[in-house]
Amino acid sequence: MSSMFDPLHLSRRHLLQLAGTVAATSALPLVTVRPAQATPAMLASAIRNLVGEAHVQTGKVRLDIPPLVENGNTVPMTVSVDHPMTPDNFVKSIHVFNEKNPQPNVANFFLTPSAGRAQVTTRIRLADTQKVVAIAKLSDGSFWSATVDVIVTLAACTEEMP
Amino acid sequence: MPAALVNVPAKAKRGAIIEIKTLMSHVMEPGYRHTAAGDAIPRDIITSFTCRFNGAEIFRADLYPAIAANPFLSFFTTASESGRFEFEWIGDNGFVANASAVITVD
Repeated sequence: MSSMFDPLHLSRRHLLQLAGTVAATSALPLVTVRPAQATPAMLASAIRNLVGEAHVQTGKVRLDIPPLVENGNTVPMTVSVDHPMTPDNFVKSIHVFNEKNPQPNVANFFLTPSAGRAQVTTRIRLADTQKVVAIAKLSDGSFWSATVDVIVTLAACTEEMP
Repeated sequence: MPAALVNVPAKAKRGAIIEIKTLMSHVMEPGYRHTAAGDAIPRDIITSFTCRFNGAEIFRADLYPAIAANPFLSFFTTASESGRFEFEWIGDNGFVANASAVITVD
């Protein structure tokens, strides 16, 4: 027991346990600020620009992206909001952000009650393994969000052109 | 005229929720890449997409460099009456492209 956290005697099993704990704790909050990330501040400020001082609740929004992406140049993404689309109660807009591309914005979608269903599909670029955040703005002024972690093996955006 | 591909059902029942799919051929050069010689490649993307039905806007999107080349967009609308969908893509360097599709609602 005493040798468990002795760095000189750290076994592979201990490292894996440690890594598992870190991953589990960092997956819980919506926008975690982990020190090793390049632009979490840009992501946070982009979201702040959208929502202002409003509180962003987790839920309602569903963000479908493959969890493991081979080619970051074209990643299918579907974002949908589980909310009615009636003239006095509807999803006004859906905003998608990322954490580690050169720019935090991915796309903004503006809907009308006539949409019937708040769902949009497109293909995006991801420059690195990172978080993607979707935020929906409802007609009552509330904000709802979903966050997905995506692992990217071939990065987009910044490679050289021949 | 750049190639646009638009998929709208030709017929629909009144009140049905239909899916609209659009594809526009465009490089979507993000502006963050360099040539082998080290020169920056300037940004050239589509920045805005709008869909109107009988003149009224029903869907709009702001696009950023994080949208993949040949931007694909699919979204939904309620078939309320027969009419014409008009699609417009606007981008850098004066890029403008249009497409339209007709639907019959019964």
